[in-house]
Amino acid sequence: MCGTCGCGGDENNIILLGKEHHHHDHHHHDHHHHDHHHENGHEHHHDHHHGNGHTHEHDHHQHDHKQKVIAVEQDVLQHNELMAARNRGYFEGRNILALNLVSSPGSGKTSLLERTLTDKKDDFSFYVIEGDQQSLNDANRIAAHDIPVVQINTGKGCHLESDMIYRAVKKLDPDQNSILFIENVGNLVCPAMFNLGETDRIVIISTTEGVDKPIKYPDMFLTSRVCIINKTDLLPYLGIDLNELKENALKVNPSLEFIEVSATTGEGMDQWYEWLEKKMKATPEIK
Amino acid sequence: MHELSIAMGIVKIARQELKKSGAHKILRIDLDIGKLAGIEFEALDFVWPMAVKDTVLETAERRVNKIEGKATCLECDTEFAVKQVYDPCPECNSYLKGIIQGKELRVQALEVE
Repeated sequence: MCGTCGCGGDENNIILLGKEHHHHDHHHHDHHHHDHHHENGHEHHHDHHHGNGHTHEHDHHQHDHKQKVIAVEQDVLQHNELMAARNRGYFEGRNILALNLVSSPGSGKTSLLERTLTDKKDDFSFYVIEGDQQSLNDANRIAAHDIPVVQINTGKGCHLESDMIYRAVKKLDPDQNSILFIENVGNLVCPAMFNLGETDRIVIISTTEGVDKPIKYPDMFLTSRVCIINKTDLLPYLGIDLNELKENALKVNPSLEFIEVSATTGEGMDQWYEWLEKKMKATPEIK
Repeated sequence: MHELSIAMGIVKIARQELKKSGAHKILRIDLDIGKLAGIEFEALDFVWPMAVKDTVLETAERRVNKIEGKATCLECDTEFAVKQVYDPCPECNSYLKGIIQGKELRVQALEVE
């Protein structure tokens, strides 16, 4: 017997009343529906002939809707943060310096990487993860230097997420005491929100980009440890004031470090390599 | 347009919570989003219909509680409202600050039946 209204139970929810096939469906969620299926094509009368003599009130307002509010209080990025923590543990366990390189498209991330790999591959063990929406172009450029590289194509995605890094790192299987460069998708906005579990985030800006970029895209500068200013070889041709650029970046992030380089000429690259050496010698931080 | 990933993340959380609750329908979802969280509210409005189509949130009402940014100056301890992450302390003009509010991005509650 139905606990809500007392009508027929499980065995007799199809009730034969004369010639009328009365199919009485019970949906005991919160609404109480009484569906009537008439399959023999006869006219539908809204009188119900119930053999057991009780009547149905078809007033749904009498039924209790049982609405309730569930307190969820869950961070939307929680899954990404969990996977990032997993990556970080992996990097710390193997003493891997994992650097997340972020910038606008065309700032010279791949050129900076190529120069670094060429100059320092006898000193460090390097691995690279390349993130782009499409193509294997960047991975091919890195692979040409005999460096293990995994390309992630994000398709329509505008940033890398920590579970992509998790899968890529499993493929790469980097050695202990190595440096892993993660070249994020060229985009100064979206990658800022997604922690990959990296040791440090490095934002690259080129001298052609304008001094107010840190103010226009503050989140990326806020979350980075180092700002590499690339293409310093073009400075004689540009009216850019690097001090103004740095002042703007320091307003966003007062502890940001700057390294000025030209990946094309090699100028300033030594300062970058010193930074890498210093980081490799340092005990990994527990974050 | 990371707002699409965010919206899809919200749908995933809603689906899990609905399943856990044993209810069959989500009537309303309450979100807490800080103004310094890196979310463009208009972009979220734009992607929302696409993200929730054919999901448990398709017909649910969405309420967004927008949370103002707030920071404490690390030099002079003044607590102040922050519109941009690079706003200086109004008392001592220092840029060294700890953001204490406005980075929220969470599903606060679901109304189900």
